Amino acid sequence: MIEVRELTKSYGPTVAVDHVSFDAHAGEVLGFLGPNGAGKTTTMRILTCYLSADAGSATVAGYDVFEESVEVRKQIGYLPESAPLYADMGVIEYLNFMTQVRNLPKSQRKDRIRAVIDICGLEDVIQKDIGELSKGYRQRVGLAQSLIHDPPILILDEPTSGLDPSQIIEIRNLIKNIGQEKLVLFSTHILPEVSATCTRILIINNGKIVANGTPEELSSQAKGEDIVHIAIRGSQEAIEAQLNELDFVSQWSRVDTDNGIVGYQIHAAQESDAAEALFHVVVKNGWSLTELRQESVDLEDVFLNLTDKEQI
Amino acid sequence: MTNITAILKKEFRSYFNSPIAYIFITFFLGISAWLFFRGFFLVNQAEMRGFFGLMPWIFLFFIPAVTMKLWAEEKKLGTVEILMTLPLRDYEVVIGKFLASFALLTVTVFLSLVLPLSVMYLGNPDGGTLIGGYIGLLLMGGAYISVGLFASTLTENQIIAFIFGITACFVLLIIGEDIVLFNAPNWLFPIFSYLGLGAHYSSILRGVLDSRDIIYYLSLIGFFLYLSTLSVESRKWR
Repeated sequence: MIEVRELTKSYGPTVAVDHVSFDAHAGEVLGFLGPNGAGKTTTMRILTCYLSADAGSATVAGYDVFEESVEVRKQIGYLPESAPLYADMGVIEYLNFMTQVRNLPKSQRKDRIRAVIDICGLEDVIQKDIGELSKGYRQRVGLAQSLIHDPPILILDEPTSGLDPSQIIEIRNLIKNIGQEKLVLFSTHILPEVSATCTRILIINNGKIVANGTPEELSSQAKGEDIVHIAIRGSQEAIEAQLNELDFVSQWSRVDTDNGIVGYQIHAAQESDAAEALFHVVVKNGWSLTELRQESVDLEDVFLNLTDKEQI
Repeated sequence: MTNITAILKKEFRSYFNSPIAYIFITFFLGISAWLFFRGFFLVNQAEMRGFFGLMPWIFLFFIPAVTMKLWAEEKKLGTVEILMTLPLRDYEVVIGKFLASFALLTVTVFLSLVLPLSVMYLGNPDGGTLIGGYIGLLLMGGAYISVGLFASTLTENQIIAFIFGITACFVLLIIGEDIVLFNAPNWLFPIFSYLGLGAHYSSILRGVLDSRDIIYYLSLIGFFLYLSTLSVESRKWR
């Protein structure tokens, strides 16, 4: 439903979006992940026809975002970052305005307003002015606004920023539900968010897409290695001589030394059962083990890896 | 058309949701009544020429105050991002906002009919100049609004929009005045005297509804609405 090809946009000398290409289809929840200033918002603004690009093309539901922008905008529900709304309007008044500019038939307006109030949990605040609402409710009104015309594509820029943990979970569940039939594209710089909600992740850094895949694909791509944390009571030289001999250990580093206990961080080949093997080594040498912990590389490492490399 | 109406309604209500409309109406009526009656009893004639003569100067400050928020506030708050990603054409939003300010002006001018009514009670003013004066008032107000609206598209700061608006209206008002014309180079003389807003206004005031004056006002409004649309679109220029 969304096709982006070689999209490029600069602000003066700064390249905000640099030859970005990707596809997205209905039924997907696409997470746009990247550090602040990576180009997420700019990409979304181009897709929603708020800005134009310097080069490249993008189509939304078959319409070109530059040539047929009104048609594109009909297909999209958009919530910009920090949910900018008219503070002097009432909640219902605002939603009603949205049904008018979205050209909903008069007969459906009431039902749609009712529907988004239910979906977004706005029942308690329908009497209030938007200016009186808390950040969380304002965000929900923004979401309600983007859903009012039941669009096939939903674009949300940091929809969970500024919310409390229970509200974040609510919004995530909402996004998941909506994403079953529609295409949801949302941006965030919070990692657990994408693994919790997305069917696919785009990691963007310095305007470039550096990774594109399902959460599982991305973390298995980066795997290849397990990390074992181990602390041993024994002779430091003997332990280190032994570590150098083990063939599944690709790399090790001493973390700390404390009262005869030496701590190491060991990178081991994946699925080598490194922890178990290390345990046997320790027993065989008559040392004693005070800590043994194995962890696998997760999404966070993928993210840090990809975004760090680019910056250097 | 429904899009323009939706924007018009939203902007018009927002004037009344905030204190702007009430302050505008109250102060406008108060000041113009005071200025009107002060001169009225001195001249001791049942006519409104003094009132209409002052209006270009009163509008000069009041109208940019009404139009300054139209775009500047949206930009400042970021609401423009939702507004301009709705399936609306840029000119529809521009026209809708223009009409909202114009509607507020019309309401205010309508309320000021109290003044001519009291003149009628006291004497017998010329109906032709009265009607002409009110039409002239609305046309001039419309021109000021389109200028103020354009000024508002240029910045996200309302104070700057206000000052731009006043300055642009002021220039437009005085370039047709004698003192400017005599000092202007000869080749600019006909252009200035045509563009000057004051001259067209005073000929309507005399009760002469000349189509040239009406065309002047309408094209001035159209021109500044066009400029506003361009200015709003400029965010998408490549």
